[in-house]
Amino acid sequence: MAQRSFEVWRGDESGGELRDYKTDVTEGMVLLDAIHQIQAESANDLAVRWNCKAGKCGSCSAEINGQPRLMCMTRMSDLPEDQPVTVEPVRAFPSLSDLVTDVRWNFEVKQRIKPFKPRKPDAEDGTWRMQQADVDRVQEFRKCIECFLCQDVCHVLREHHKHEEFIGPRFLVYAAALEMHPLDEEDRLGELRGDQGIGYCNITKCCTKVCPEHITITDNAIIPLKERVVDRYYDPIRWLLSLFRK
Amino acid sequence: MADYRSFEHDVLVIGAGGAGLRAAIEAASTGLSVGLVCKSLLGKAHTVMAEGGVAAALANVDDRDGWRVHFADTMRGGQYLNHPRMAELHAKEAPDRVRELEAWGALFDRTQDGRILQRNFGGHKYPRLAHVGDRTGLEMIRTLQDHGIHQGIDVHMECTVFRLLKDGDRVSGAFGYEREKGRFLVFKAKAIVLATGGIGRAFQITSNSWEYTGDGHSLAYHAGAELLDMEFVQFHPTGMVWPPSVRGILVTEGVRGEGGVLKNSEGRRFMFDDIPELYRNQTADNEDEGWRYTQGDRDARRPPELLTRDHVARCIVRELREGRGSPHGGVFLDIAWIKEHLSDSEAHIKRKLPSMYHQFKELAGIDITKEPMEVGPTTHYVMGGIRVDGNSQMSTVPGLYAAGECAAGLHGANRLGGNSLSDLLVFGKRAGEYAASFAREEGAVSIDEDQVEAAAKDALEPFEREGAGDDNAYHIQHDLQMMMQAKVGIVRNQGDMEEAVAGIAELRERAGRIAVHGNREYNPGWHTALDLGNLLTVSEAVARAGLQRTESRGAHFREDHPEKSEELAKFNHVLAKAPDGTMTVRREPLQPQTDEQKAIIEEMK
Repeated sequence: MAQRSFEVWRGDESGGELRDYKTDVTEGMVLLDAIHQIQAESANDLAVRWNCKAGKCGSCSAEINGQPRLMCMTRMSDLPEDQPVTVEPVRAFPSLSDLVTDVRWNFEVKQRIKPFKPRKPDAEDGTWRMQQADVDRVQEFRKCIECFLCQDVCHVLREHHKHEEFIGPRFLVYAAALEMHPLDEEDRLGELRGDQGIGYCNITKCCTKVCPEHITITDNAIIPLKERVVDRYYDPIRWLLSLFRK
Repeated sequence: MADYRSFEHDVLVIGAGGAGLRAAIEAASTGLSVGLVCKSLLGKAHTVMAEGGVAAALANVDDRDGWRVHFADTMRGGQYLNHPRMAELHAKEAPDRVRELEAWGALFDRTQDGRILQRNFGGHKYPRLAHVGDRTGLEMIRTLQDHGIHQGIDVHMECTVFRLLKDGDRVSGAFGYEREKGRFLVFKAKAIVLATGGIGRAFQITSNSWEYTGDGHSLAYHAGAELLDMEFVQFHPTGMVWPPSVRGILVTEGVRGEGGVLKNSEGRRFMFDDIPELYRNQTADNEDEGWRYTQGDRDARRPPELLTRDHVARCIVRELREGRGSPHGGVFLDIAWIKEHLSDSEAHIKRKLPSMYHQFKELAGIDITKEPMEVGPTTHYVMGGIRVDGNSQMSTVPGLYAAGECAAGLHGANRLGGNSLSDLLVFGKRAGEYAASFAREEGAVSIDEDQVEAAAKDALEPFEREGAGDDNAYHIQHDLQMMMQAKVGIVRNQGDMEEAVAGIAELRERAGRIAVHGNREYNPGWHTALDLGNLLTVSEAVARAGLQRTESRGAHFREDHPEKSEELAKFNHVLAKAPDGTMTVRREPLQPQTDEQKAIIEEMK
């Protein structure tokens, strides 16, 4: 057992600071355990969101030594021992209290995306047939645990605050899962190009790097969606043909 | 006067896991106004952690399956204490509920001919669990969430309900607080559905998240509703045991469904050593037959690793007690061994059990495609809960409904894996439907301001107290968890449980002296202090019901009464709050089985 030092951000929307804490760290411990220990020992009111502590719910997102990660999946032994561990809230969203941020914007964005609209059942038993190969791609997107780390690291949101004009990588993945769903018949390309701002993404792939579910966000979701948008709206031959149709 | 914000709904659903979301969707489909309260952000509830699958007799993989077999399996697994009507409805309606999820966008793994694939699980005679790798719960909650947000439901995120309000005998609303700002909320509602999940946080080693503090059980009990069969707490046989900080995290039964085997330190498959009479005809008597079963051989019988959870957990405890455990106090669960049969075993394991691969790799530094896991029992599920009507899910308080884990009846003395996800769909829908018709038919209610004032005063009391040394809610919760684990755990006896009842009374006194510091904004110290009251109530219920059941049945094992009792096989335990505030336990005869149900059970024996 060894004592480790932590610098944990304490504060709210009006501001805050890093405060020093110490606690004992045992073998195999993850950062969330250390935070809980600090909470029980010396900071009863330290605010932190968490649920499953198993990397499945995506609640405990934070910036750990500056890196966006899940606290429950960050082993203490992977963090350098010669310096205090800094723990800060995700910075792309307003602070509420200590490590808890206001992520409501994400829920509002999801509401704006047109829901799933399946084609009519076409199998005899009133359901559908789908091959595993056809659902594999979408299953990758549906692994998303909505931790919003990709939103946190996306410079369009984090640096440029384009929350009004851009839905961020999480919801491009969500839109991709719907658009590529074998049964879906809805058309979302107009909004993706318009107020959902897919054009803002300049494929720096920062989102892919931080995804704890290892979803290939940029290559498998965003780029194919961009291609669909380009095919529809910027293909010169299609544009010419559309003139004749009028 | 307490300061609070008011909301009014026809139907209020408390809890937004699978059962709550499904109930809210159903109630909203009737055009009524529906509120949905969740302690966490939407989509983070405990359902997200379910791994193996949802049980439904779709018969896509084995056409011999059907509702009758599923019904008989559920009753046998529950040692016949189940509510037979619920078990029948569940078996009949689960397939439609699963297909409905597909129509809402869920993408289950597929069979060769493009149908929903089903896998083997403990206690299910045929491959029955529709699944998505080992993240079925995430798929289900996300499907319900993404569908639900377009149904006009008002979602109140990060709010905790502290007390139910009543208008005469009938439930009339709920008093709670916003976790974020600490402001009080009063919900007025004509009907309320409780869908708050389980009680796992009462124990030290658990697969459950922080939310599982028995809120619904406790809210209902203090509002005058009866609880049922609270002695039956499921200890899942396979939780992680190392490293210490991840102890309890679930290792899906799907590992065994895919061919994983349990071994002791001598390398012996100890599950072959003790096969219960009820299952003898259905269980393989050699390793080869067990393997063939997991690979879909219709003539093979299931390996003993796929016996019911209560039995597997006890066999593991036996190995541990007799000194044949693994280095960190568990036994070995080996899926890597299938390389003897499958040339691409590594890719196969990663495809079928991706979360398990990930979980062991990242948290324990173990590659499960190459080496065995160490596992041991972990508190997982409570079969007992709020007593409900088998058709409508209404509790014994008019207008108050319950669905999912917080309700009792379907699972009897032991739940089969996969039956909880189907439970929450089938009975979530039913609760929403019947709560909506109750709200329509029974008309308006009024809120009693005195009840609101009293609740507000109680909720704020911890802030008023002067500091009482270094005791705090976290320490008391920790002490409760240690005590419940030691005295009301997998192996129980009268003396231990009596000590637990006395210990709970002491802890309650300590809880009454907690002083909370800081302010009301997102203050986990305060939240923990308030949740603690619920944990103490459900812990007392488990211990008191456990004392009364002087036999071993299903998940309830008494070392001082190791056999089943024919007499006790005829009764459920009903718990209620007496007028003087004490908890009473009484026996009630089981719900009668219909002639058809009896015939099915007999035929499938």
